Amino acid sequence: MLRALGIESVDELFTNIPASLRVQGSLRLPPGLSEIEAERLIGSLATRNASSDRYVSFLGAGAYDHFIPAAVHHITGRAEFYTSYTPYQPEVSQGNLQSFYEYQSMICTLTGMDVTNASMYDVGSAAAEACLMARDLTRRQVIVVSETVHPEVRQVINTYMTAPGVEVVAVPQVDGVTDLDRLQDALQRYDVAGVVVQHPNFFGCLEPVDEIGTMIHSHGALFIASVDPISLGILRPPGEYGADIAVGDGQALGMSLSFGGPYLGFLAAREALLRRMPGRIVGATVDGQGRRGFVLTLQAREQHIRRERATSNICSNHALNALTAAVYLSLMGPEGLREVADLCLQKSHYARELIVNIPGFEGSFWSPFFKEFAIHTPVPATEVVRYCAQFGVLAGVPLGRFVPGMDDHLLVAVTEKRTREDIERLANLLGEVRAHV
Amino acid sequence: MSEQTDYPLIFERSQPGRRGVSLPASDVPRKRVADLLPPQALREKPPALPEVSEVDVVRHYTGLSRRNHGVDNGFYPLGSCTMKYNPKINEDMAGLPGFAGLHPYTPEELSQGALKLMYELEQYLSEIAGMARTTLQPAAGAHGELTGMLIVKAYHRHKGQDRRQVIVPDSAHGTNPASAAMCGFDVVTVKSDATGGVDLEELRRLVGPETAALMLTNPSTLGLFEKNIAEIARIVHDAGGLLYYDGANANAICGVSRPGDMGFDIVHFNLHKTFSTPHGGGGPGAGSVGVTAELVPFLPRPLVAFDGNRYGLDYSGPLSIGRVRTFYANFGVLVKAYTYIRMLGPDGLLRMSKDAVLNANYVMNGLRPYYHIPYPGPCQHEFVASAVRQKKHGVRALDVAKRLLDFGIHPPTIYFPLIVEEALMIEPTETESKETLDRFISVMAEIAREAEQEPDKVQNAPYTTPVGRLDETRAARHPDLAWRPKRKEEDG
Repeated sequence: MLRALGIESVDELFTNIPASLRVQGSLRLPPGLSEIEAERLIGSLATRNASSDRYVSFLGAGAYDHFIPAAVHHITGRAEFYTSYTPYQPEVSQGNLQSFYEYQSMICTLTGMDVTNASMYDVGSAAAEACLMARDLTRRQVIVVSETVHPEVRQVINTYMTAPGVEVVAVPQVDGVTDLDRLQDALQRYDVAGVVVQHPNFFGCLEPVDEIGTMIHSHGALFIASVDPISLGILRPPGEYGADIAVGDGQALGMSLSFGGPYLGFLAAREALLRRMPGRIVGATVDGQGRRGFVLTLQAREQHIRRERATSNICSNHALNALTAAVYLSLMGPEGLREVADLCLQKSHYARELIVNIPGFEGSFWSPFFKEFAIHTPVPATEVVRYCAQFGVLAGVPLGRFVPGMDDHLLVAVTEKRTREDIERLANLLGEVRAHV
Repeated sequence: MSEQTDYPLIFERSQPGRRGVSLPASDVPRKRVADLLPPQALREKPPALPEVSEVDVVRHYTGLSRRNHGVDNGFYPLGSCTMKYNPKINEDMAGLPGFAGLHPYTPEELSQGALKLMYELEQYLSEIAGMARTTLQPAAGAHGELTGMLIVKAYHRHKGQDRRQVIVPDSAHGTNPASAAMCGFDVVTVKSDATGGVDLEELRRLVGPETAALMLTNPSTLGLFEKNIAEIARIVHDAGGLLYYDGANANAICGVSRPGDMGFDIVHFNLHKTFSTPHGGGGPGAGSVGVTAELVPFLPRPLVAFDGNRYGLDYSGPLSIGRVRTFYANFGVLVKAYTYIRMLGPDGLLRMSKDAVLNANYVMNGLRPYYHIPYPGPCQHEFVASAVRQKKHGVRALDVAKRLLDFGIHPPTIYFPLIVEEALMIEPTETESKETLDRFISVMAEIAREAEQEPDKVQNAPYTTPVGRLDETRAARHPDLAWRPKRKEEDG
C-alpha cells in the first residue's frame, strides 16, 4: 500500500500537521490488553456493583427493574441492526426503517397521540425539546414545571431553557401532587408557553390530569405530559386527557438498567405539531414497482437540511432502544402490558400496606399511586437503605437527595418481578431498622 | 400496494388472543383495580398493540434484520461516520450483569466498579483530547455540541458579556449551526478557501466583540487537516472567543495530535465513531465533552470524583451549566469505549489512526483515474470524491451510491459537504483489509465504466435490494407515519 502511494512510511501522510502540534512520545494511557486480560479486568469492575441479579431491588425514580423477555436481547443483539448506521440508504435499511415505523405506531397507540418521532435520547431531552416546541408555537417565553416532575428532568429543562433565555417557573406540590391553586396563579401571572406535568409523578402519585389540562388550555398554553409507558397498560393515555405533547422514558420497555443509560426518550404530539417535531421521523411509501417501503421523511425540519433554522440539533437518536421497545411491546401485546401494569399496581399496594403498618413508618402522601410510593421513615432514609443492603435488599431511593427536607422519606418501587416473599422480606427488614440504626 | 410482495408489518401478523409472553399470576392478595385507582384515571380501550407469539416476533424481526446492512454484513465507507468494525468483546462487557443490572440510584458504596470505570474513562478521554476534564453526560455528538455551546454561553455570561455570534465553516456538519442556534446564538458562516481550509482573511473580518466561539471539525469534512489551526486559534482567542472541536473526525488524530495542543478549548468525541461502540442503527451513541481548566467550573454535574479511597459523584459547582440529561451517561456505551481503549492502549490507538489515514489515501489514490478528486491530499481518515465526470453522462452521485448497493457495499456519504458538487465522501476506516479496499476500487471503476457506456444501468440501480428507490416525495406529501387499526365501519 505504501508503494502504491509512492511513500516510505505512513508518517509522510501526516506532514500537514505541524511538528509543534504532534504528540511527543505516546499518550499517557495504560498499555493495551489482550481480550483475556480485558475480560478479567472489566469483569472484576462489574462484580463490584450491587446489581439487580444479586440484590432484591425496590429502586425506581425513573429507572425500573422490569422483566425483560429473553427474545428481546436476542433480536436487538443481531449485528445487522446494531452495527448499522442511520438509515440514509433506505434500500438496504428496510429492517431499521420498518422497525422504527412499527415503534412509532406503538408509541402512538400507547399514548393516544397522533404523531411521534423515531426516538429521543431520554425523557430529559424529550421534555426539554417539548418545551422548545411550545415556545416556538406560542411565541411565549415562560415554561411552567410542576415540582412533582422528576427533579433531574426539571434540571435538564432548566439547562436547555437558560441559554435561549426562556424563564422556567416551578409549581409546588401538596400531598404529593401538583398544587392546582399555585398552578392557576402561575398561569395567570405569566405568559406561559407550556406546562410540564408528570403522571404518575416522581412520587408515584396520580395527578388530577383532567383539571390540569382544562386549566392549561384555558390560558392558551400547551399541556406537556410526562408518562410511564408501563402505566399506560391500565391508565388513560395522555391523548385522552388533552395533552398536546406526551413525553416519557421507555427504559421500562425492555431496556436494562445499565447505571442510567442508554434508555429511550419518546415524544409524541397532536397532528398540528408535526412539523415542529425534533428528530427523525419514518414514513411509509412505495418504490417504482409499487412495493411498500419506508424512508426518513419530513426532513426539511432537520439540521442536515435546515442547519441553524432546524427544529432541533438532534442527529443520532436512540434507534436501537426504539427497536428494543418495539420488540418488547410486540411480545407483550395489549394483554401482556395490562398484566404487567396490574402486577405492579397490586404488588406496590400490598407493599405499602405492609410498610405503613410497621411502627414508626407511615405513608408520605395519601394520593392514589401506580407502582411506587413514598414512605416516611423513623430514621434517615439513607440509614434505612444502608441497613437493608447488608441483607441483599435495595430498599428504595432516599428522597433527601432530590427534595430538601425529605431526608426521612424513601421512594419504594415495586415491579412485576418482585415476589410476595421479596416484599415481606423488605417489610421485615424495615421492622428491624429502628433497633439497629 | 401488492400484499404478496410487501413484507408484513408486525400488526399485520396479529391474531386476536395470541401472546408472546406468559406472566405469573399475582402472589399477593388481589384487589379490584377500581378500589385502588379512581375510575377516571383508567384506560377504557386497550392500546392496539400486535397480538403475536414469541416465534412470530422472532421471525418477524429476524426477517427485518436480513433487510438491513451493517458493518458485520460488509464494507461501509460512510464518510464522517467512522463505520469501523466493532469488537464483540465490547458488547459482552456492556452486557455483564454487574453493569447491565445496575440501577443508577444504587448507593455509591455499592456501585464502585461502575464509578471507577467512568472515572478512568474520563481521564483517558481527557488525555486523548488534551483537555483538563471531560463530562460523559452527552448522549450523542450533537448533544455534546449543545453541551459545548451551553458552556460557551455560561462562560461569556460569567465574564459579564453577552456575545451573540458563533462562527461555523461552510463545510461544517448541520448539527454545528443547529446546536449554536438552540442556545440562542446567531450563526455566522465562514467560507473555505481553495485548499479546503478556513479562509483566514474572511475569519479575521468576521471575528469581533460579538464572537462567542468558532466551531471547527479537524480534520475537516473534506478529510483535510487544518494546517492553519494555530493561527485560527490565535485569531479567535484574540477576539475573546472560544474554539470548539467537533470530534466527528477524531479517528484520524488519536495519539498523533491533540485538540488541546491545537488550541481548542472545548472538545467533543463521538464514542460510537472513534471508540467503536457501534452505531445501533442511528444510536445510542455517546458524546463526551472535554474542556480546558478554565472551563471546568462550567461542566455539567455530577462529575465522578476519587478521594484516593473511594469513588463518588460530585454535584458541587455553582457555575455549572447543570444537567443535559437524566442520570449520568449512556453508561452501557461507555463500557464499550472503555473496553476498546483498554485493549488498544496508546500504541494501538496511534496505529488505529495511522491505518485509517493510510487506508483512506490508498482508496483515494486508487479512485483518482475514475473520479474527480477536488482536493489532492494527502487526506486524513477520509476524502471527498466527486461524480462531476459521471454527471456529463447523466449519472449523479446518488446513482453511483445506489449502484454500489448491488455489489453489497454501503455507499459513501453523498452530497456532503455542501461545498463539493456531486460529493462522495469516503471513509474506509482502519479495520478494512487491502483486499476489501481493492475490491471497492474495482467496483467503483466498474461503475465509472457503466456510467460512461450504459448510464441507464446506473441510473436505475439498485436491482438486488429488497425494495428499489423509494418515492420520498410521496412520503413527505402524504405522511403515513404510523399504522392505525381499521375502524369497524371500514371493515363492514
